[in-house]
Amino acid sequence: MSTFDATDKPVRRSLAGRRTRFGDLLLEGVAGAATAGALILVGLIAYKIVQGARLSVSTFGLGFLTHVGWDPVHNQFGAAVFLFGTAVTSIGALLLATPLALGVALFLTELAPSWIRGPVTALVETLAAIPSVVIGLWGILVLGPVLREHVMPFLHSTLGFIPLFGPVTTGTSVFTAIVVLTLMILPIISSISRELFLGVPSELKEAALGLGTTRWEMVRGVIFPYARGGVAAAMILGLGRAVGEAIAVSMVIGAATTGIHWNLFDAGNAIAAQLANDYSNATPGLWTSSLFYLALILLLFSLLVNLLAQMIVRRVARRQGLATR
Amino acid sequence: MSATGLTPLSRPSDRLTRRRIVNRAMELLAWLAAAIAVAILVIVVWSVAKRGASAINLDLFTKTQNALAQFGIGNAKQGLANAFVGSIVIVGIATLMALPFGILVAIYVNEFAPRAIRGGVSLVLDVLNGIPAIVIGIFVFGLIVAGHGQSGLAGSFALAVLMLPLVARATIEVLALVPDSLREASLGLGVPRWRTTLGIVLPQTIGGVVTGAVLAVARVAGETAPLLFTTSVVGTQMNWNPTHPLFSVPLAIFELSEADDPSSHALAWAAAFVLLMFILLTSLTARWLANRSRRKIGRVA
Repeated sequence: MSTFDATDKPVRRSLAGRRTRFGDLLLEGVAGAATAGALILVGLIAYKIVQGARLSVSTFGLGFLTHVGWDPVHNQFGAAVFLFGTAVTSIGALLLATPLALGVALFLTELAPSWIRGPVTALVETLAAIPSVVIGLWGILVLGPVLREHVMPFLHSTLGFIPLFGPVTTGTSVFTAIVVLTLMILPIISSISRELFLGVPSELKEAALGLGTTRWEMVRGVIFPYARGGVAAAMILGLGRAVGEAIAVSMVIGAATTGIHWNLFDAGNAIAAQLANDYSNATPGLWTSSLFYLALILLLFSLLVNLLAQMIVRRVARRQGLATR
Repeated sequence: MSATGLTPLSRPSDRLTRRRIVNRAMELLAWLAAAIAVAILVIVVWSVAKRGASAINLDLFTKTQNALAQFGIGNAKQGLANAFVGSIVIVGIATLMALPFGILVAIYVNEFAPRAIRGGVSLVLDVLNGIPAIVIGIFVFGLIVAGHGQSGLAGSFALAVLMLPLVARATIEVLALVPDSLREASLGLGVPRWRTTLGIVLPQTIGGVVTGAVLAVARVAGETAPLLFTTSVVGTQMNWNPTHPLFSVPLAIFELSEADDPSSHALAWAAAFVLLMFILLTSLTARWLANRSRRKIGRVA
């Protein structure tokens, strides 16, 4: 009897233990499967895009990138017009948005009275929440006409000797797209920069001010060098966002497929915008496959942008980790 | 006058004046930048509200567009009931797909995964988050639509792919805030790990998870690009069935903005106003909740 007891207890305990471990394994298994699913999903995205683009890639090869023209009638497709338009609009937006965003970030970290910081931070971040289709609607019906009537003629008459500021033709233009993209990437760059500026050790700032620098000299000499890498990463992420933005750009850029021109005040096009505009017309075969090819370019660019930004962030984090240690 | 000993003194003071002027100018520029950023938001919201609010009426939510209007029969400006219904169904199903999936990924990453895998998964989530919405749309087009045709479900799946990294990352962040002492206390009492995770740790994070989910909903409710490829070829009739293509609010705005007549624009502004108010209210509420729940978790710790 006593031997019975002795064997009974360990058996029951180990049964309970096994049930416990089974539950643990089940949760770990299900959660692990979900994680594996997420990883597979990214692979599947890449695979499906490549698969869809295969026909166009094998037909046009890398010449697709330099061929000007998008001619479904003769089955001749090229991305040069869109690549050029994407480069002009996103770099233009980056050039406008970066100084603005740095100004906002400096205002929020160095200048603003404390009661104003919270509300302004929230308002700038709210800007990022406005859907691109609403920005596009505003861009096409409100911003476009204003730019065409007032801003573009002024720029053309004062800076018209630069080919970028050519004759004004339409409110749906490359310039409108640049302004719209500027609004859309401003919050990203400014919120990342703000966090970077907040991370600058106050001893460094106080040391500079103690040496008699003005506030701006302190910003230029301490804050900017300290946050340089992070700001570069923020700019890269902003660029990625601008390149991938389809809807708002397709609504305001005018969807020209004709050729490459430098006049910002004329209609243009961009990779993502062309995808949004041309999808409903495309017939299966080379045409659709060429759209997948455009998507493949966007996908590769977004991967590049994210990995680059991550690399910079990690390097900066490591360096700053060493500096504070 | 300056031939006396005053000259050497006045030179540095000139330089100081210049430095002060530069400083003041830069400060002004920063103030200006902040003013511009806030003004942009105010202008966009104000122009949508001014044009949208006046176009809102009961018809907007109860009637659908008049398909005969393009032939000159009747008034085009009626309602977008089918778009609102479609958006609710599409986003609702997307949330049901992404929420459990994202929470499970977060549980694995924060509670089970070895350190090395943790970094890898969060990198992949970042990459997924960085893929443009339109590429996700084309992916779902190639995956589902090319074989089976458009449907609300395909649109939901596309939105769920966009929501997944948002939900997972938000959940990982709040799970990391839960103090280890709580886990240790539970495990020390002999509670198995899975019950500790699901019964003790996860309930602590409910506020943060809900916040993350609401922010993700606010983000994808306005997405147009993924729906364009997956659920855009629709009629003007009411439809609740997600196995058919469903209309949606963003798509309605997108299509109406390209029309020429002012009555279509009025409808687009009204839809944009409703969408914008929904997104602003939900994301502001979510942020408020997030601050509150973060304070609460902090207090437990």
